[in-house]
Amino acid sequence: MSSGHLHLEGITKSYGARTVLDGIRFDVAPGRLTGFVGGNGAGKTTTMRIILGVLAADAGTVTLGGSAVSTADRRRFGYMPEERGLYPKMKVLEQVVYLARLHGFGKTDATARATALLEELGLGERLNDNIESLSLGNQQRAQIAAALVHDPEVLILDEPFSGLDPLAVDVVAGVLQTRAAQGASILFSSHQLDVVERLCDDLIIIAGGEIRAAGSREQLREQHSSLRYRLTTAGDAGWLRSEPGVQVVDFEGGTALFDVDGAHTAERVLRDAVARGGVTGFTPQHPSLAQIFKEVIA
Amino acid sequence: MTNAPTSPAASTSPAQAVWLVAEREIGSKLRSKAFMISTGILLLIALAGVLIGGFASKSPTPDAVAATSETAAAVEALPNVKVTEVADRAAAEKLVLDDEVIAAVVPATGDPLGIAILAKDDAPTALVMGLSQTPHVELLKPADTNPFVRYLVAIGFGIVFLMAASTFGGTIAQSVVEEKQTRVVELLISAIPTRALLAGKVIGNTVLAMAQIVLLAAIAVVGLIVTGQDELLAGIGAPVLWFAVFFLFGFILLASLYAAAAAMVSRQEDIGSTTMPLMMLVMAPYFLVIFFNDNPLVLTIMSYVPFSAPVAMPVRLFVGEAQWWEPLLSLVILLATCIAAILVGAKIYQNSLLRMGARVKLGEALRG
Repeated sequence: MSSGHLHLEGITKSYGARTVLDGIRFDVAPGRLTGFVGGNGAGKTTTMRIILGVLAADAGTVTLGGSAVSTADRRRFGYMPEERGLYPKMKVLEQVVYLARLHGFGKTDATARATALLEELGLGERLNDNIESLSLGNQQRAQIAAALVHDPEVLILDEPFSGLDPLAVDVVAGVLQTRAAQGASILFSSHQLDVVERLCDDLIIIAGGEIRAAGSREQLREQHSSLRYRLTTAGDAGWLRSEPGVQVVDFEGGTALFDVDGAHTAERVLRDAVARGGVTGFTPQHPSLAQIFKEVIA
Repeated sequence: MTNAPTSPAASTSPAQAVWLVAEREIGSKLRSKAFMISTGILLLIALAGVLIGGFASKSPTPDAVAATSETAAAVEALPNVKVTEVADRAAAEKLVLDDEVIAAVVPATGDPLGIAILAKDDAPTALVMGLSQTPHVELLKPADTNPFVRYLVAIGFGIVFLMAASTFGGTIAQSVVEEKQTRVVELLISAIPTRALLAGKVIGNTVLAMAQIVLLAAIAVVGLIVTGQDELLAGIGAPVLWFAVFFLFGFILLASLYAAAAAMVSRQEDIGSTTMPLMMLVMAPYFLVIFFNDNPLVLTIMSYVPFSAPVAMPVRLFVGEAQWWEPLLSLVILLATCIAAILVGAKIYQNSLLRMGARVKLGEALRG
């Protein structure tokens, strides 16, 4: 197991009689962006806080590279909490430098890193402005800088994209991909499933305090693909209704969306369609993340 | 960043973390204009108080007194009079009636002293006393200090303690809630231990409070020297030093409790609900010392209770009622309480810091 590999095993947490996390188990691999999705109150924030050691779990272990995460290890974690927080009356640069120094960097080193990172995030002009005078989107960028400034080995980001405009989403996504390429293990939660779909390599779906699905994006898609195809022809596709093993889901003139009972049925349908002539499209339908999500948490 | 990740030179030691937090506390306070202005005003008031007190006791306006050539010598020998020499009794009477002088001293044949005092409508007591012959008085057990000076010193220590403790206690409470309200606290405690954060905040504010106390003391000492009140200075020097020592630990005690109380709420508006009992503890010594500064029993008890010892023990030392070992014993009690408060405070702080929303109940905060 590589040194930056984060593994959660059997994490359980209750508040009184209410169990918020029940036997959570998943991995965050180095060099990969792991998306963490779930509804409100599913347990994402609690899980992240436990990884960070900000909260203690009732049971279970968090290991990094095979051994239990120590306080010293956590100094090399970067964290972006769900509810944003920086000192409102502190200057952007000063704030990020302060956090870098708390993580063990010397003053000069911390200043150089913070300046470079804020510039990369497009805040170069605002270094000496108070946090409270920034727009929400820019505060968000400063928050990301606060999580990244000490070049963490493990990044835990709770909703890093919420409140960002599409351009800012791209900037932040770019920064995260760079970090992943450099070997960081990154776990991020998001409600924006399209962003997660575009960005993540691995995916974890949590609901009701339990992990409902975990794995690489492709793997999950395959597991949840339902042998659904879309046929587009010049003529009428009504004949599909009488084909054995075919279940038409949606139909409109020359376009039909249908499920089949096996790959051989799909082949037969394609041959028939070609024989009838006028085929312009025949595509297997991969489920979107939103579809998988709805299916797993149902 | 494009450069390859490098790990920090050395991971932060707890001591470094504590100092970084303390440094930020001090820096953000020193940059607040409101704080600098109010401190400046406080120092000016202290300076003005010492100077005015000094000049007032030094040079009261001399009384104008008329005297003839026969009596002038006797009158001039009296302290604090300004003699106007006149030719005879008639001229003296005129000056008295015209309010040019408060009284006149003229020769009187037949009087045993050979002089008479002329005044308009009120006997000039000081002058009468000065010219009378009084028997020698020997005090067998003189009072150590003037009761008025004693009262002033008691109020002085009381008010300095009240102001410094409530200002910086309030500051630390606000700063704890600010971190909680803005959720910076999650970032902080994912980087450094909770205890280091608490210690840094307590130390930072203690440094500020002590700096203010030391500045006030310096101004008082310089003021007393400039206005020539060496006698008072000699008496108050040691009590002021003791006050500083007691204040240091007394403030650490209060600051830990303030931080803990503030950690139990999530919004600035709610600070009052948990820090009110502490505010009472801070104000109590001030009122008690004003009402009971001449009651040795109450003062003695106060000088051993950790919250009021910083005020009461210096007052007792100033009036000379305390034995040499008493401040040491009281300091030991204060230190022990201080350590207990830090432990309890740290526990409450740690358990309440991440609990947002409704006020955390004290029992839950202690249990965790």
